[in-house]
Amino acid sequence: MLIAVISTVVVFGVIVVLVLSSEAWPAVQRQFFSWTHFQAAFPKVLGGFWLDIKMFLFAEVLILGIGLAVAMARSLRGPAFLPLRIITIAYIDLARGLPLLLLILLMGFGIPALQLPGVPNGALFWGIAALVFSYAAYTAEVYRAGIDSVHESQRMSARSIGLTQTQSLWHVVVPQAVRNVIPALLNGFVSLQKDVALVFVLGVREGLREADIYNARTFNYTSYIAAAVLFLLVSVPVARFTDWYSDRDRRRKQAMST
Amino acid sequence: MTPPKLLLRGVAKSFEGKEVLRAVDLDVAPHQVVCLIGTSGSGKSTLLKCINLLVPVDSGDIVLDGVTITDPGVNPNTVRQTMGIVFQAFNLFPHMRVIDNITLGPRKVHRVPRAEAEEQARELLDRFGLLDRADEYPDRLSGGQQQRVAIVRALVSKPGLMLLDEVTSALDPELVGEVLGVIRDLKAEGMTMVIATHEMGFARDVADVVGFLDGGVVLEQGPPMAIFGNPQQARTRQFLQRIVDAGRL
Repeated sequence: MLIAVISTVVVFGVIVVLVLSSEAWPAVQRQFFSWTHFQAAFPKVLGGFWLDIKMFLFAEVLILGIGLAVAMARSLRGPAFLPLRIITIAYIDLARGLPLLLLILLMGFGIPALQLPGVPNGALFWGIAALVFSYAAYTAEVYRAGIDSVHESQRMSARSIGLTQTQSLWHVVVPQAVRNVIPALLNGFVSLQKDVALVFVLGVREGLREADIYNARTFNYTSYIAAAVLFLLVSVPVARFTDWYSDRDRRRKQAMST
Repeated sequence: MTPPKLLLRGVAKSFEGKEVLRAVDLDVAPHQVVCLIGTSGSGKSTLLKCINLLVPVDSGDIVLDGVTITDPGVNPNTVRQTMGIVFQAFNLFPHMRVIDNITLGPRKVHRVPRAEAEEQARELLDRFGLLDRADEYPDRLSGGQQQRVAIVRALVSKPGLMLLDEVTSALDPELVGEVLGVIRDLKAEGMTMVIATHEMGFARDVADVVGFLDGGVVLEQGPPMAIFGNPQQARTRQFLQRIVDAGRL
């Protein structure tokens, strides 16, 4: 323990001293870590970041719901459900095969440009729609892995007491499946929490956009650092929580198998 | 003569080209207990799953209470509600308490209100000495208790036919007795049952008819005295001899 503390302090101390004493540091500090610029940019960036958080929460709820519906549809068996399976597989291939940025540009600029009557044309709306479209496909695959991980005998035994296929999935398979994939779902949270910033290309004034505006005005990059700090403040705890949860889960499974 | 409860004619099933059931004929009279014996892989489990329509037959007819349930027009969900099946590995739902395991079927299939379903379930649990386990999760129960819960779960919708698939094979030897006791009780109440089992002593004891399944057919069937005492077929004699040699009969 003592050795760990000493070696950590020494190593990081040396790095800090080297960085701070280098010739380039004053310029780096001025451009990236200026306290004055930080103070000036922070309120706007924080305001924009709040929108990121709202987009993230809103999109995540939709993603978890739609992803599960898609995964369940894909898991239904029997010839009658073939069209449904084809649709879900086509959707998943499409959504996962395209770069997210392309989807955001396509939906965020493309659909409003059609000026279809009755169709919303807000950049924010279509930005979130593109995020949901893409992430729900990945999430559906996570759920599906979970559904496949539940032993076949569970489904059989649910059918044997008279439940329909959908009831068996919903009451018996899915609850166990979700428990098995919670760490993977949490990983998706971390990823989405950052990717919401991509809608800035549509002109949505979220955190990164505000930082970008500040930078364009002042040619100082501290505003980006302010945005970076905010993203890290959210994503690092979620990442730590994911690790903690997975560890606990693994320990529980070990304890159960003894 | 009373019409049979269950009738199988020429039931065949292959898995990926491997013929498991070739042409199974079987008659089960009401209140009769039929024990199916045979080597592992002889198709006993598959046959029970076919009767429950969990596995679709390739050809042949299964007639339950005069209705050919293998007809394409028959809704398998409706058929399954009229019979109970219990599996070797219990297959309780691990994320649900015992009481919820039992009431899930009645609540979701028969739309029985929760309170009423729980009352029925507790009554049954009480009868099988499991009432104090109602609110536990399955992994807190012994294997024998889990299997008894699985039997209660199958019984709760008042099936007219019970299918038991090697229900004691996954149990520690000292827990086998309690489960066999439950089955004896069911027989005493007049339940019609088809039981796949490796417990020859039990089969001899409880069965009205013993059927020896071999090569995808019921090779020989008859009263336990005849099958165990004076088997007609060489394959049956061979099988039983191995059981005796292994000290299991």
